[in-house]
Amino acid sequence: MGRYVLKRLLNAIPLLFAISFLVFMFIHLIPGDPARLVAGIDATKEEVDLIREQLGLNKPLLVQYLDYMKGLLTFDLGDSVKGGMSVADMIAPRFKPTIILTILSIFWATLFGIIIGIVSAVKRGKILDYFGMVIAISGISIPSFWLGLLLIQVFSVNLGWLPTGGVSTWQSYILPSITMGAGVMAILARFTRSSMLETMREDYVRTARAKGLGEMLVIGRHAFKNSLIQVVTVTGLQIGGLLTGSVLVETVFSIPGLGRLLVDSINYRDYKVVQALLLFFAFEYVIVNLVVDVLYGVLNPKIRYN
Amino acid sequence: MADLNHAAQEVLPKPKSKIKEFIRKFLKRKTAVISAGFIVLLVIAAILSPYIVPYNPDMADYNMLLQGPSASHWWGTDEFGRDVFSRLLVGARLSLSVALLSVIIGTAVGTVLGLFAGYYGGWLEALVMRGCDILFSFPDILLAIAVVAIIGPGVINVVIAVAVFTVPSFARIMRSATLTVKESLYVEVARSLGCKNNRILWIHIFPGTIQSMIVNFTMRIGTAILAAASLSFLGFGANVTEPDWGAMLSQGRNYLNTAPHIVLFPGILIFVTVLAFNLLGDGLRDTLDPKIK
Repeated sequence: MGRYVLKRLLNAIPLLFAISFLVFMFIHLIPGDPARLVAGIDATKEEVDLIREQLGLNKPLLVQYLDYMKGLLTFDLGDSVKGGMSVADMIAPRFKPTIILTILSIFWATLFGIIIGIVSAVKRGKILDYFGMVIAISGISIPSFWLGLLLIQVFSVNLGWLPTGGVSTWQSYILPSITMGAGVMAILARFTRSSMLETMREDYVRTARAKGLGEMLVIGRHAFKNSLIQVVTVTGLQIGGLLTGSVLVETVFSIPGLGRLLVDSINYRDYKVVQALLLFFAFEYVIVNLVVDVLYGVLNPKIRYN
Repeated sequence: MADLNHAAQEVLPKPKSKIKEFIRKFLKRKTAVISAGFIVLLVIAAILSPYIVPYNPDMADYNMLLQGPSASHWWGTDEFGRDVFSRLLVGARLSLSVALLSVIIGTAVGTVLGLFAGYYGGWLEALVMRGCDILFSFPDILLAIAVVAIIGPGVINVVIAVAVFTVPSFARIMRSATLTVKESLYVEVARSLGCKNNRILWIHIFPGTIQSMIVNFTMRIGTAILAAASLSFLGFGANVTEPDWGAMLSQGRNYLNTAPHIVLFPGILIFVTVLAFNLLGDGLRDTLDPKIK
């Protein structure tokens, strides 16, 4: 058991290294002179040189890399080239809205995804199944920013029930989190349905029915409980990617979170901040997936020794 | 000999043509057929759009600013009085081309990488697969955003970004398809007959992977339309003056209160188009490859 967990952890380390290297290379892959791009076309040579120094681009590549790695390990991500604040100080206040948004959207997505999936599987081929699957495939195909705009139009502008954006009240989080969770809900609904259909064909479900258990008990205790492990895994794997959805949703709802910061920093060519955020999003994704993987192995002894 | 062949043909049931068999099965899937019909119509309309649209898509009409849908302007007008329907139809050219081009590039690169990785194995496979792992660590649209952050905004750059975003998933799918086909008997026979690696790879293995390539190609077009529209919406895509679906949505956002139709129609069109590609992909998968679900 411990060996399995350790092996997974050790596997992730080279990946994290590779990601950090790729993100380090980010600024060097930019065509042209990044310092000139940041400074603008009418900047003097001195101004450009100053920015080059701020970005650390005047040092040899190897020294830059060592500085960068040292910074990573001490959580010192350098200073923003715009305004001179430290990157860490810029990012810190942005966590809260994004985290709240993500947790709420996971809640909606799991709740509705699993309910729709179970109902569709139980009512297979009936109108409810059809309806559920229409919702599911729509959730995958709908542009999330458009869904957000529609929700604003209906619930904020027309009905006036909820705020159009910002984070001033707890109600402001309702529409954005539904928008952000829609895609994952759809994936979960489809997955739960097919997983349920599979378990409902198993012998033990037939046995449960044969011994006269009520339909609710058969579905709840026997069928769903056995699909649960797969459903939980898929949920976990989706959570890691959810945070990325904040880029679009926070733009639509004017939420001052990490996603919005990424878009703004790209527009301002604030490369240090872009680097830090890319690194954060990728690390978060890899680590969440790792945790899910390990938990899956812990919960399911069948796959542990593969 | 000829007689014998003739006799055999009469006794044995006629072997069904694979393509006919495919068409017969495919036609049974109504949603997929309807989706295919919609896509064909949209593509034809996009190609012919400059000749068939009721208004010049760039023509401003300051007497008709932000008008709702009416008999003269079916889908209303935008903030410059331009006809939304005409702009969307002409915009279909740009939006569909961007999606198609980026998926073609991504598929080509991903397929070659996947085939080589699956066939040759060893360090090449390790390199390609670890490379994919790294790119996969930037989930969803983040990879495309990162690419645009490096190379800057613009239509061509969006194509590149979406192509890069397509490569790793294709490489993975094609590798596993290659691994399956590689084990089949006919590949073994080809090898024992002394076929060269290149010939085995392209003449014997590649055709065996085409089915999963087609299915995923179709599905990825939907994803690519969404990704390109998202990039445009964030302001990284086409110039806002161009009739691009994502850019139109992004511009229309400022008039959501007064003229919701200029956000509604581009969104519906993106949604329905992506839905059609996804449903077509689903249908193709069920017909071509019932194993993968």
